[in-house]
Amino acid sequence: MMQALMIHLPLVGVLLAAAILATAIARSASATPVVYGICAAASAIGLGAAVLSLTGGLSKEPLVLPLGLPWVGAHFRIDALAAFFLVVVNLGGTSASIYGLGYGRHEHAPHRVLPFFPAFLAGMNLVVMADDAFTFLLSWEFMSLASWALVLAHHREAANARAAYVYLLMAGFGTMALLLAFGLLAGPGGEYAFASIRAANRTPAIAALALVLMLVGAGSKAGLAPLHVWLPLAHPAAPSHVSALMSGVMTKVAIYGFIRVVFDLLGEPAWWSSVLLLALGGATAVLGILHALMETDLKRLLAYSTIENIGVIFAGLGLSLAFEANGMGWAAALALTAALFHVFNHSLFKSLLFFGAGAVLTATGQRDMDKLGGLIHRMPATSVAFLAGCVAISALPPFNGFVSEWMIFQAILQSPSLPGWGLKIMVPAVGGLLALAAALAAACFVRAFGVVFLGRPRSTVAEQAHEVDGFSVAAMAVLAALCLLAGILPGFVIDGLAPITQALVGGTMPSQTGDAWLSIVPIAEGRSSYNGLLVFAFIAISAWLAAFLVHRFASHELRRGPAWDCGFPEPSPATQYTGGSFAQPIRRVFGTLVFGARETVEMPPPGDMAPARHTVEMRDLVWDWLFAPIAGAVDFAAGYLNRLQFLTIRRYLSFVFLALVALLLVLALWT
Amino acid sequence: MDLILSFLIQAAQMAVVLALAPLLTGFVRKVKARLLRRQGASVIQPYRDLARLLRKEVVLAQNASWLFRVIPYLIFAATWVAAALVPTFAGGLLFSWTADLIAIIALLGSARFFLALAGMDVGTSFGGIGASREVMIASLAEPAMLLTVFALALVAGSTQLSTVAAVLATPEVGLRVSLAMALIALVMVALAENARIPVDNPATHLELTMVHEAMVLEYSGRHLAMIEFAASLKLLLYISLIACVFVPWGIAAPGSGLAGFALGATAYLAKLAVGGFLLAFFETSIAKMRVFRVPDFLGVALMLSLLGTLLLFASRSL
Repeated sequence: MMQALMIHLPLVGVLLAAAILATAIARSASATPVVYGICAAASAIGLGAAVLSLTGGLSKEPLVLPLGLPWVGAHFRIDALAAFFLVVVNLGGTSASIYGLGYGRHEHAPHRVLPFFPAFLAGMNLVVMADDAFTFLLSWEFMSLASWALVLAHHREAANARAAYVYLLMAGFGTMALLLAFGLLAGPGGEYAFASIRAANRTPAIAALALVLMLVGAGSKAGLAPLHVWLPLAHPAAPSHVSALMSGVMTKVAIYGFIRVVFDLLGEPAWWSSVLLLALGGATAVLGILHALMETDLKRLLAYSTIENIGVIFAGLGLSLAFEANGMGWAAALALTAALFHVFNHSLFKSLLFFGAGAVLTATGQRDMDKLGGLIHRMPATSVAFLAGCVAISALPPFNGFVSEWMIFQAILQSPSLPGWGLKIMVPAVGGLLALAAALAAACFVRAFGVVFLGRPRSTVAEQAHEVDGFSVAAMAVLAALCLLAGILPGFVIDGLAPITQALVGGTMPSQTGDAWLSIVPIAEGRSSYNGLLVFAFIAISAWLAAFLVHRFASHELRRGPAWDCGFPEPSPATQYTGGSFAQPIRRVFGTLVFGARETVEMPPPGDMAPARHTVEMRDLVWDWLFAPIAGAVDFAAGYLNRLQFLTIRRYLSFVFLALVALLLVLALWT
Repeated sequence: MDLILSFLIQAAQMAVVLALAPLLTGFVRKVKARLLRRQGASVIQPYRDLARLLRKEVVLAQNASWLFRVIPYLIFAATWVAAALVPTFAGGLLFSWTADLIAIIALLGSARFFLALAGMDVGTSFGGIGASREVMIASLAEPAMLLTVFALALVAGSTQLSTVAAVLATPEVGLRVSLAMALIALVMVALAENARIPVDNPATHLELTMVHEAMVLEYSGRHLAMIEFAASLKLLLYISLIACVFVPWGIAAPGSGLAGFALGATAYLAKLAVGGFLLAFFETSIAKMRVFRVPDFLGVALMLSLLGTLLLFASRSL
């Protein structure tokens, strides 16, 4: 049997070579097709190999290369978990590269994108394959920096520069947390290989600290509240196919890091960690989707919706930890499978939606929803694909988003047998929060699709839009088809995830593909089952039947006329509902609590010719309460320390001397 | 033989919901009229309306897209499939394992998703206002509904509707606080979901006060017929759902003879009549709320269902 690493490591080499090649030829016209072509081919091969190793077609021996720290070396290993995430990374990479073949043609500064795109892909692949702390951190940082460079691709826009700055700060902070976490895990002996970390014994306090640090480090990368603030700035700032990779794939790599450490390396979980994860996950889900509902920038809306989905995934992971800590392996397997399935689903539909947003951006030059509208007439293919993504992300059957949400709800229903009041109260509350988030997601994507693609065009650019090129449409069509396929045949995905849950929580869901009609059964036939294939077939058949009978036997005449609109149709498209007005009822319900929203209406008295005004003020409370004080404190400290900058050499020398004496004193007292 | 029989039951169920849905709507309207001391239209008026609408040509707004023309059939199909999976006169439906309660709610959610999109398609302000209010109401009604399902599933140990109905029909379940809370929450959600008073008014022609009717304002002819039909089906579905879960007696068990089915059918008709009468009585005795009172109303439903679920997490016997 062939070794999986023997395929994946050379592919990383190819990607790095493509990055170097891109630097050399970036300014020539052929650079875009060459670089994206190489990336698409390498990712497609990687995807095939990863699927093979997940289904057991390739051997999974580890490998040590004489790179990195001399006494550690660079360890690589592909187990089931890594293979699954390699599928996610390379599927995203393939579709983004194909999309880039078309989308990249409109890039006005290709030399700022092309070298970093393959490097970014290589970094994500390396993180997943790494099998020691040093390689992991190095790849992680490489991935962060490559994506940072891509965020800064259009650096002349002030908003992008600020986004990249905030991203760099948060990425640095996150990596520091990870560094400390791995430092604690490696212990005083400095055993950096994952195998020896896994075998080591550590006190509960150290394990707890490592877990919290991991949550901060990986959570900030994934967009877990309250460390999510950089994400809606940075993800939309990059070119759209890179946004898709960052939102759809890089956040998943962060989740991979979290799962690797918490489920694999740390060993037996503590019960409180599940409460923490559930609370953070539920809060993140609702907060993220409410922000998305208020947003009128299409790409920022998608970025906020990523935060929601990350919350859902973390809630699933928390449930799995709770079950595992209480020895319910089968339920832990259900929750973990649900979370991983959602990882896969989100990578599909979020990439698809970002591609759609990119297509809209190419066709109109607009990201502002309130300047778009009516694109379904001018961009038919894009609108169908985008609609599929919207249905899938809103967790509606028969698409894939519903299946993973359904499995998470099934896992919640297994939890009353958990001991401990903390969990007993937390789990149903989180169930309510996730249900709320799912309903709000449907509202959010009705709004996104309705305002951008339906109605009448709100600007001339929207009126004159054209369908985008074939590569972009192909990438979107493939992802839309995969969303539907994973929704109607979920059993195959669930069975593919079985080796992961077996290795991590010591249990699996019952085998799914043997069931009649390919329905999925989380625990037992009599308790609950769902069959996406039949639901899809029933809806398709009855809709077709109804349409056929009506057209055959009742009427099929059709006349076009002006819109009725209750007798007073208004010719101006400005009278349509906009993104802002559509969200107004929901803002009224949730806004005061979550955003501190305030509405003021200035109505001039009769006879006064001044315009009436309606102003809405909204604040990001996380930013106000958590980040603004920290930024203020850093500023304050910097102001004081600034005085140290302009001293004489004698003063500096005396400071150095004093510091030395103080340190020696501490050392003397310590030992 | 068993398979053929259960297939026949499933087919009968699909036909029954289709045949009875307009009758139920007509019955509710008739009772409301009588309670207001009006004569009211005949109970079969909705059938006549549907037939007339189906025969008429469609007048489509100039700006309407292909989606606008597909959506009525999609909504009808999703609602019909959901309604066909709720046990009415006989339990043990052939395809009941296809979709459990959560999936049935999600199917209705799909129908609503597309209806809201249809409201926005023509690009009129009425469609937009209807769609935006509909999703606001749904964003509170759906979680309340799901938490109610959680409470039911925890009592029955299953989310499968046939199993839930069978378990709740057994005497061991008895009267429970959690189930009472779930019932109240479910009724409140059903009122909101079916655009009934006090959340929305199905009879008004003042579009400003409406949610559901504002969304479908641009529809005409056969498209409108499908949407009206789907709305009737949805009302029937909710009454059947409440009946089969909270009043599960009389549902014919799988394999019972002809007498059992006759009893089941009679019981089902009686339940529909009682449900329809209660709905009409409630609607005539209460006023419609302002739209921004609706979140308070649904918030109560949400809290009740959450409380019911929490109680069951605390103890399986509450």
